[in-house]
Amino acid sequence: MTGFPTLLYKEVLRFRKVAFQTVAAPVLTALLYLLIFGHVMDRHVRVYEAVSYTTFLVPGLVMMSVLQNSFANSSSSLIQSKMTGNVVFVLLPPISYLEFFSAYVLAAAIRGLVVGAGVLLVTTPFVALPARELHWIVLFALAGSVILGALGLIAAILADKIDQVQAFQNFLIMPLTFLSGVFYSVHSLPAFWQGLSHYNPVFYMIDGFRRGFFGISDVDPRMGFAVVTGCFIAVSAVALMLLKRGYKLRY
Amino acid sequence: MASVERYRIRRPGRAVMAAIEVRQVSKRFGALQALADIDLEVRKGEFFGLLGPNGAGKTTLISILAGLARANTGSVRIMGHDVTLDYRSARRALGVVPQELVFDPFFTVRETLRNQSGYFGLRANDRWIDEVMESLDLTAKADVNMRALSGGMKRRVLVAQALVHKPPVIVLDEPTAGVDVELRQGLWQFVKRLNSDGHTIVLTTHYLEEAESMCARIAMLKQGRFVALDSTANLLRRLPSMHLRLRLRSGQWPAALEAVDAGGARVVKLRSYGEVESVLTVLREARCEIEEMDLQQPDLEDVFMEIMRSK
Ligand SMILES: Nc1ncnc2c1ncn2[C@@H]1O[C@H](COP(=O)(O)OP(=O)(O)OP(=O)(O)O)[C@@H](O)[C@H]1O
Ligand SMILES: [Mg+2]
Repeated sequence: MTGFPTLLYKEVLRFRKVAFQTVAAPVLTALLYLLIFGHVMDRHVRVYEAVSYTTFLVPGLVMMSVLQNSFANSSSSLIQSKMTGNVVFVLLPPISYLEFFSAYVLAAAIRGLVVGAGVLLVTTPFVALPARELHWIVLFALAGSVILGALGLIAAILADKIDQVQAFQNFLIMPLTFLSGVFYSVHSLPAFWQGLSHYNPVFYMIDGFRRGFFGISDVDPRMGFAVVTGCFIAVSAVALMLLKRGYKLRY
Repeated sequence: MASVERYRIRRPGRAVMAAIEVRQVSKRFGALQALADIDLEVRKGEFFGLLGPNGAGKTTLISILAGLARANTGSVRIMGHDVTLDYRSARRALGVVPQELVFDPFFTVRETLRNQSGYFGLRANDRWIDEVMESLDLTAKADVNMRALSGGMKRRVLVAQALVHKPPVIVLDEPTAGVDVELRQGLWQFVKRLNSDGHTIVLTTHYLEEAESMCARIAMLKQGRFVALDSTANLLRRLPSMHLRLRLRSGQWPAALEAVDAGGARVVKLRSYGEVESVLTVLREARCEIEEMDLQQPDLEDVFMEIMRSK
């Protein structure tokens, strides 16, 4: 643990310095989703008995913000360093690949969780959210943020250009998030799509996270957490393997 | 880690450990052989020059020393530490000033240096950071964002970044490219001081007079191979000829006197000072009147050109 604390600090300082873009903007986006979808759909859709649509929507939006911002943080930080060449500053010191991974992923998770907390905070005037099973809220938020942080790292390692990271975000992360039940319960889908949703890891993150608030979920949260943990292990293994080999970082 | 530590302790200390030890290093980029069987030993405290034309492989070699690139074959040690097996110790011993003018636009000069120091595990290093900034005339810019610095200032920060952990071995990859005269001299003074404080210095530059005046030993690379590796003094002795440059006011240049045209003047190659006398005699006998004359010693640039041409 030589360089880890400083690398983590630097990664957090980086997004803090532009907090307007990295924290305030995504909070505002989530708020707009809530106002528009909540207003339009509240009277027409009811997913769970005793939970209004707007209330149902909030945890999904929070988790979506956590995931997208975790991904955005590690991916944009590393791809920018690669493109500008300043990645040498972290390649020259005695930083192990494990430290490198932990610092980028943890900083990404912090950004995601800060944005998520922000979204939760600004929505409090609109909805009164219960927190029936707090531990699931914490566990799924943590797991989701580190998984997407690690995915962002992988995307930035593989990409040669900033566009490619954006493509990764637009063609993989966004569809997985939107099709995961942020705006609906997958039970309202036709059987085929419902079945397909169960292959989407983001579905388990959103469902488990929502479970923490309402005490109701589409699948058993223990099963969900097992899936999510499996994902974390798989994604981390890939990221660590790439970093250890120095793939596209050390030539 | 543990096994590496033990390995290091068990190694018998050699009489004089080299600061940099490169053994049989080769590096390919696809079909291009960027480095071929490079062997090199730079002793502790040396001031060493790595010269060669564009694309010769200088940066590639430095990248391998720094662990930024990996050799296809061979091994490299910095202060006795293998750069892959014991990369932590090797990297701690090495400071690199990269050729490219890179910077992180998110941070100020001080933040940049503190972060760099922290990456080496030195989190309470402000005294030394202040000293380095002072030596490189960066103090006034300490709290300025990197983006707002001029190119020369950014170059100084790169030098400072390479020094935050007081590495015994410092490698500078064209540190004076695009740098004004004043900074260049300031920078060389600073590097000389580091050298006299015991730091081993390796530098690359395309300004050969800089290399000639600073480096005690020089290696010349061409297409990934060393074409010369010798002390600067020996390299300069390789070209036996001095150049006598003459411009005539009147008279016809005698055909017997072999010379090359150089912008209206004639240049005669000499092997010794004694030959000046005979040249002047020939000219006097041909009734030539001399307007200008000077004698030029071969410099490193002549030697460099000669070596690059012949090998
Ligand atoms: N990452 C890379 N991929 C492919 N080829 C490379 C790479 N890096 C360097 N090369 C090639 O290897 C050769 C050596 O390059 P290098 O940068 O080491 O030269 P150099 O001696 O530092 O030149 P200069 O004086 O221009 O800095 C060049 O032909 C270069 O094009
Ligand atoms: Mg170079």
